[in-house]
Amino acid sequence: MAVEVSLPYDKQYVTEYSNKHNEPAWMKELRLSALEKSESLPMPKPDKTNIEKWNFTEFSHDVEGSIIDSLDNLPPEIQDFLDQEKKPENLLIQHNHTAAYSALNKELEDKGVIFTDIHTALRDHADLVKEYYMTEAVAVDEHRLTALHAALMNSGVFLYVPKDVTIEQPLQSIFWQDDDRASLINHVLVVAEQNSSVTYVENYISHNTEAQTSANIVTEVIAKDNAKVSFGAVDNFAAGTTVYSNRRGMAGRDARIEWALGQMNEGNTAAENITHLVGDNSEGDAKMVVVGRGSQKQNFTTNIRHFGKESDGYILQHGVMKDKSSGIFNGIGKIDRGATKSNAEQESRVLMLSKDARGDANPILLIDEDDVTAGHAASVGRVDPVQLYYMMSRGIPKKEAERLIIHGFLAPVVNQLPVEAVKNQLRQVIERKVN
Amino acid sequence: MAGSTLEIKDLHVEIEGLEILKGVNLTINGGEFHAVMGPNGTGKSTLASAVMGHPKYEVTQGEILLDGENVLEMEVDERAQAGLFLAMQYPSEISGVTNSDFLRSAINSRREEGDEISLMKFIKQMDAKMDTLDIDKNMAQRYLNEGFSGGEKKRNEILQLMNIEPSIAILDEIDSGLDIDALKVVAKGINEMRDDKFGCLIITHYQRLLNYITPDQVHVMMQGRIVKTGGPELAQRLEEEGYDWIKEELGIEDETIGAK
Repeated sequence: MAVEVSLPYDKQYVTEYSNKHNEPAWMKELRLSALEKSESLPMPKPDKTNIEKWNFTEFSHDVEGSIIDSLDNLPPEIQDFLDQEKKPENLLIQHNHTAAYSALNKELEDKGVIFTDIHTALRDHADLVKEYYMTEAVAVDEHRLTALHAALMNSGVFLYVPKDVTIEQPLQSIFWQDDDRASLINHVLVVAEQNSSVTYVENYISHNTEAQTSANIVTEVIAKDNAKVSFGAVDNFAAGTTVYSNRRGMAGRDARIEWALGQMNEGNTAAENITHLVGDNSEGDAKMVVVGRGSQKQNFTTNIRHFGKESDGYILQHGVMKDKSSGIFNGIGKIDRGATKSNAEQESRVLMLSKDARGDANPILLIDEDDVTAGHAASVGRVDPVQLYYMMSRGIPKKEAERLIIHGFLAPVVNQLPVEAVKNQLRQVIERKVN
Repeated sequence: MAGSTLEIKDLHVEIEGLEILKGVNLTINGGEFHAVMGPNGTGKSTLASAVMGHPKYEVTQGEILLDGENVLEMEVDERAQAGLFLAMQYPSEISGVTNSDFLRSAINSRREEGDEISLMKFIKQMDAKMDTLDIDKNMAQRYLNEGFSGGEKKRNEILQLMNIEPSIAILDEIDSGLDIDALKVVAKGINEMRDDKFGCLIITHYQRLLNYITPDQVHVMMQGRIVKTGGPELAQRLEEEGYDWIKEELGIEDETIGAK
């Protein structure tokens, strides 16, 4: 069943949708109140990109997928995301808007780890979800898209790691859209309690090169005191999907949040990745790579905000722009008053592969405290002809030399992705996009 | 045939409109080691870069032939595949590309598709050469020249030389910035390459490298030309007496480019 929605959204539709999923009353109320707010709130305004006219309202909201009985039945392009040597023990696959496959290691389950789709979580762990769902990290009323997200959220994942639990193997989600018009209003909520540690990696994939739809993604990562969360992602929505993605982390005392984001969307994308270093001695490490091609417009904001003393933030954004694509890279390190002895570092580099491509790296440091250290590096340029000469002087053809330089340029994120198959997948996507 | 022959005939080269080389003639045969010496600013490195095809250097006159083939019509990678190699004075740093991946790509670029060197064979070969050059094994997994010390970069150039096994190699100031121990190690690597097929052109302005690698011929460059050629004894005399006697002999007042 596909239901077309467009502004203004229907209260009745949202109520029925919430009822259909047996959501708790608070969730229904949150949705309805958000729906009301979405009508009056302004759109977000990413620096230097106007997204007012982008499509965030035309799509099919509720599209059933099929249950996956066995991973062997997955099509090869989805199999590619999975490590083949050993069966993935901790895996969620979402097909369109259906939670299609779910596995969690028994030992982790016994320790109290929760790793499930958001609808199940809202039924089975309502109180836990309620405590963190758009309460600490992302607020419903930040702008129209966060409100719209809250009103119409139609899929997602809840990951909860109890106190003192260290998870060695990575947990993986695959959000697979094969309906051309299905929207993905996805909510990923990761809560890591004190002294816990977890590595999570996710893949977004769609195939709608022509048909128009949109994705509105909110990700919240809560790392409590001394918790460590390593978050990897490869976003690979097709050209027809307009993407708004908001990934936000909250780090407590001595906590560490690492992001490794491969932004490989083919359509217009506005993405922000904000880490709040709330606790003293907390650390944020935000790495992102982008390949832009065709005529897509993309805007990326990576922001680390320091509140805690001796907090340490590191931003790395590397983008490759080809054809007529344009990419704006905003890097923001903000140190609030009181965050003494903090350190904010950032590096944004854009490599242009064609004369019609546009790249813009904007390093911004906002510092309200004296006793801190900060640094930034930014560059926009082409492949260095002297580097090419050096590689070619060893017999490597120009195209291969360029390929090596580009892969090398994007390696800081590729190498950090936790699952070998995802790493390879990202390499393949990069290969496909740059050639 | 004993190796390849590189012929440089009446070579004139400009950089940004300024003529640097003004008619260089030089022939290197397989099995021969040549040294090009001369003070700074006389065109030695330009000669090396022009042969390899550096994008900033423009050949305005003359010929470069490798076994009779016109090198100037070849792209840089084609020159390398034809058998030329240049150990550079300032090797580029390439972030994100490991030394080992780079070297394997270079080796495979000389082989047919489907006939790539096996990983095991490659590692074995590279390890052996690294031992010869006293190179720390972890350098294989470091990014190409990134953060390498001056000495590490030079050793890495020779490591590539030994693995790629070209027919004619040009070594551009491979001795600069090396202490005496490193110099000996680098010389050892180069001497290991010596056979009746391998030809080598060593560019240096110090004689000391030639204490460890004995050249068959020594050429002196001034004002963008080769002004004198001799045997190893010429290098010895330059070491003892400097360049002034040559300038006097030839009536040259200022040996650098642009001087009359």
